[in-house]
Amino acid sequence: MFKDITIGQYIDGSSFLHRMNASMKIILTFVIIVMLFVISHIVPYVLFIAFSVFLVFLSKVPPLYILKGLRPMIFIIVFTVILNLFLTPGETLWQQKILFGWTVKITYEGVRMSILMFLRLTLLVTVTSLLTLTTSPIMLTDGIEKILKPLEVIKVPAHEIAMMMSIAIRFIPTLAEETEKIIKAQTARGADFESGNIIMRAKAMIPILVPLFVSAFRRADELATAMDARCYHGGKNRTRMKQMKMCANDYIAAGMTVLLSAVLLLTQYLI
Amino acid sequence: MIKTENLNYIYQPGMPYEKHALYDVNIEIPDGDFVAVIGHTGSGKSTLIQHLNGLIKPTSGHIFIDGTDITQPKVDMKSIRKKVGLVFQYPEHQLFEETVYKDIAFGPKNMGLHQDEIKERVMEASRLVNIDESILEKSPFDLSGGQKRRVAIAGVLSMHPKILILDEPTAGLDPRGRDSLLEVLTSLHDKLNMTIILVSHSMEDVAKVAKNIIVMNKGTVFMHGSVAEVFERGRELIEIGLNVPQVTQLFNKLNEMGAGLPADIYTVKYAAKILDERMKGINNV
Repeated sequence: MFKDITIGQYIDGSSFLHRMNASMKIILTFVIIVMLFVISHIVPYVLFIAFSVFLVFLSKVPPLYILKGLRPMIFIIVFTVILNLFLTPGETLWQQKILFGWTVKITYEGVRMSILMFLRLTLLVTVTSLLTLTTSPIMLTDGIEKILKPLEVIKVPAHEIAMMMSIAIRFIPTLAEETEKIIKAQTARGADFESGNIIMRAKAMIPILVPLFVSAFRRADELATAMDARCYHGGKNRTRMKQMKMCANDYIAAGMTVLLSAVLLLTQYLI
Repeated sequence: MIKTENLNYIYQPGMPYEKHALYDVNIEIPDGDFVAVIGHTGSGKSTLIQHLNGLIKPTSGHIFIDGTDITQPKVDMKSIRKKVGLVFQYPEHQLFEETVYKDIAFGPKNMGLHQDEIKERVMEASRLVNIDESILEKSPFDLSGGQKRRVAIAGVLSMHPKILILDEPTAGLDPRGRDSLLEVLTSLHDKLNMTIILVSHSMEDVAKVAKNIIVMNKGTVFMHGSVAEVFERGRELIEIGLNVPQVTQLFNKLNEMGAGLPADIYTVKYAAKILDERMKGINNV
């Protein structure tokens, strides 16, 4: 279950998306996500879905990989869909009396809203996992650092934030793997994580969480020592092995995103 | 008895990182055996042993524990895991309680045993692995590496397994810790007639304690035989990146130089005995 999380699992490649500048990719992903939350009509959604499919194709990441990345999100998506389906007020399509005079009803707006939320969340995960699948964590944080750089004027610790994020991202798969090993070790001792009521299940998590925290702290300690040993002292006067530069690809991508946004806004507000 | 039939396992099928970890593994481990599993990193050793108590379900094939096919649905996995105890490489992955006592008691508690019975089993298990009673009230995180491993083993022994599987239990231990751990394993085997499956990278350890050896290579069983049978084929072992014990290497070199010593020397103890006899022979002449 844990190894399915695709965040932070970079797939090496040399596609158009892989070769793009990380800062540009982050900014454009952000723009696309904002667009995703602006649009609500069917035409822009169809366009958006087509564009996402095009992006997946462009990234050359196996589509199955992205679908697997969606799996841990299923609960949240289903939950949101159900909430929206039953709790949106509006024109009633179907209703049913249940106990104590409560009625459940499904409205036209509710159906519309839940389809919208389903598409929104799925596309959101797809687009963001494309970013992390085609950008190595180091590139990603370099990109974030570049974007935050102008804010250093108002004392935002851009380098430190970027470093903390890169470490966090880097350790997600490691800790996930570790969690799996711990679960196996405790299962071998007859621990049961699947049955019982909610309190029993929460209690059953303790044998997993304690070793996980202990190991996370130990790793943090070791990492700090390793960084110290190599004279890490923050971002000041730090040079880079790989200089990030904008190239033609990035301008093409930016142009495409602006064009897409314009088309989405037009179809959203004019049709 | 453990038996596997055409066991196959594929990690992440259909994914870019798909990996065929086990190919048609057929092994039979009789009761009371002490078998070592050796092989290169990534040869499928760990994957294989995790199949034996059902932590991993095979992609295809069957596993029989005392005649029960554990790959069938509706098999009571808890009773299988009670029968086949598995100790992982890093004790850090399983120690979590406030005290050593409570940690060893975790397994029996999960089996739903009575307090008195649990206490008896904890005491017995800690005796078996030479844990002093004074340690039982300490935090498991304050122990040395060797002690942690022994506590982890006690945590599995307290469930009274018939078969004990250990994944590289001596890795990262100092010589004393390693020796005392191997002694524990030998006494479990000799005194309780427990079946022991030991995954190891150390040919010395294997030669010292095991009776039989399974050699894994690239997901297949490369050899399966007695210690002597396997180490006799030293050249083949070296070809797949493994080796024979250092003392065997030394004796092979001596024999190449014409020393005329026996070829079946795998432990330092036996080597010393042979050399001793040789010296006596020379002195008597």
